[in-house]
Amino acid sequence: MATPNHPGNHDHQSKELPQVLVLEPPPIMKLHGDRFLNDFQLLKAWESPLPLDQFLSIHAQSVKALLTPGRYPLTRNILQLLPSLQLVVTTSAGLNHIDLPEFQRRGIAIASAGDVYSEDVADMAVGLLIDVLRKISAADRYVRKGLWDTKAEFPLGSKLCSKRVGIVGLGSIGQEVAKRLQAFGCRIIYTSRNKKPSVSYPYYSNVLELAADSDVLIICCGLTEQTRHMINKYVMLALGKEGVVINIGRGAIIDEKELVQCLVQRELAGAGLDVFENEPHVPRELLTMDNVVLSPHRAVRTPESLTAMCEHVKGNLEAFFSNKPLLSPVMNI
Amino acid sequence: MDSITVLMTSPMSDYLENQLKDRFNLVKLWTYSSKTDFFKHNSHSIRAIVGNTKIGADAELIDSLPELEIVSSYSVGLDKIDLRKCQEKGIRVTNTPDVLTDDVADVAMGLMLAVVRRVCECDRFVRRGLWPKGDFRLTNKFSGMQVGIVGLGRIGSAIAKRAEAFGCPISYYSRSEKPETNYKYFSNIIDLAVNCQILVVACALTEETHHIVNREVIDALGPEGILINIGRGSHIDEPELVSALLEGRLGGAGLDVFENEPEVPEQLFGLENVVLMPHVGSDTVETTDAMADLVIKNLEAHFLKKPLLTPVV
Repeated sequence: MATPNHPGNHDHQSKELPQVLVLEPPPIMKLHGDRFLNDFQLLKAWESPLPLDQFLSIHAQSVKALLTPGRYPLTRNILQLLPSLQLVVTTSAGLNHIDLPEFQRRGIAIASAGDVYSEDVADMAVGLLIDVLRKISAADRYVRKGLWDTKAEFPLGSKLCSKRVGIVGLGSIGQEVAKRLQAFGCRIIYTSRNKKPSVSYPYYSNVLELAADSDVLIICCGLTEQTRHMINKYVMLALGKEGVVINIGRGAIIDEKELVQCLVQRELAGAGLDVFENEPHVPRELLTMDNVVLSPHRAVRTPESLTAMCEHVKGNLEAFFSNKPLLSPVMNI
Repeated sequence: MDSITVLMTSPMSDYLENQLKDRFNLVKLWTYSSKTDFFKHNSHSIRAIVGNTKIGADAELIDSLPELEIVSSYSVGLDKIDLRKCQEKGIRVTNTPDVLTDDVADVAMGLMLAVVRRVCECDRFVRRGLWPKGDFRLTNKFSGMQVGIVGLGRIGSAIAKRAEAFGCPISYYSRSEKPETNYKYFSNIIDLAVNCQILVVACALTEETHHIVNREVIDALGPEGILINIGRGSHIDEPELVSALLEGRLGGAGLDVFENEPEVPEQLFGLENVVLMPHVGSDTVETTDAMADLVIKNLEAHFLKKPLLTPVV
């Protein structure tokens, strides 16, 4: 239930509660209200009639902590107005909305989503892959159109077992995807910023070589300057005509125009996409293809994930204000 | 062996048809305009039947082919074959187990994910251009859901192994308990349905399992429960299933099989919480070829008087 929305409105002594600045409400707040943050005094910038820079100059000069959704770009300009900021807690799995070098320069700590979403995102990745290879959504369309009782035969799918699955980014999400697909008999190989000594999957130091040895590529990494358009025409051609791409990372990791071309020209067999370069817009050509499965950036949207994120955010803020280690600090930027 | 006449009951696979044509004298049942016509020309020459889930070998067909020696089914399911009659007459029967286990288990998992995470509904949402108008709603988390399996044979076990990787606790009902697994056993299907969130039908269709999922089981599974069927349509009382879904007494269903294929109850077409597939559980290029190869190998073994590879009778 949402509490009355006034900046600094709490029943008890609001001056003694630690302040947390919120520029725009993250989805957990929109869906759960802000009762889970009753131990903090929330400075809700979006509720003020003042333009943001004035609001921050007047109200946020001593603010140490900021809670932010993934959609809100935290730029240098905003940071300049927050001289006391020491911590940002983001509810997004991705960090591409944060000017990381500037945060590092200022010594501001970042608490990420940790692995709160990892299972849900991995489930979506596997769901999309099975759908593409076994044509589940296409089959459902075929049946609902009444085509089963006609001469229009439903095409054969492709077996999952023994497929070489190349995971791009073996972080928390990538590892959950790998664990699931191993149970299907898939062979896991990966590329990541660094080799992971704790896993036995074969490591590839670059995505082009990974693609050449893969039947499927699953994009599980974050969006950075290095990974922007990393999945380009050459990677897709290396994956090959039977290749399938699954993206549950960020749209811009794939060169979307090239992806569409490859699919149109049958240089790729199919794709399962939860993210796009210009959401909520999806390339028109994809909307009529039978070999793609499209999802509106929903991989983390379960009530369980949202509830877990509320606890996680609260936990990080409590840790910060009691000088304890953060639950999910972002280390290597 | 091209003097040996083999009957193919329906157009199940081009690859299989070509292999049979190359090796035997192939007769195709569907090219005859009437049964009488078919029997007039072939009843005394046919020594083998290749059947499938649509048309197998019933008593009438078996009785009218006095030279019949073997039925090699292009399926693992045997419900379309009169096994008792085959046994009485000393006719061998083979099927295609194991080669299709992975594919069918994969479809069961795909249907579970599609229903719980609304994958097909999301895809429709995007294609209809609804995303710019507002976000899609929440869907339930799949990992960790309690999965109950009816029939812990090859396919049931393969489903269990996959679901375990998602942290799903596994329970089952089977003809006999399997102590070598550490899944929780229930001695009846009602208790299984009460204690799981997703019920998967993975057993063989027999007289005992006909309509094994009836109104009582559906009610036990409940309005949040999900039913997945990759067995045979007749495992479920289909009219009861349809009313339960329409009335909201069942949370959702993923179905690859139906009682009267290719007919599918049209009332399901308007529901967002169901996913419907046209009996494609084993329909991948790789598996259909492997199934065809197994049919051929069984036939060749029989006619060369060698041991059958996958005999049932």
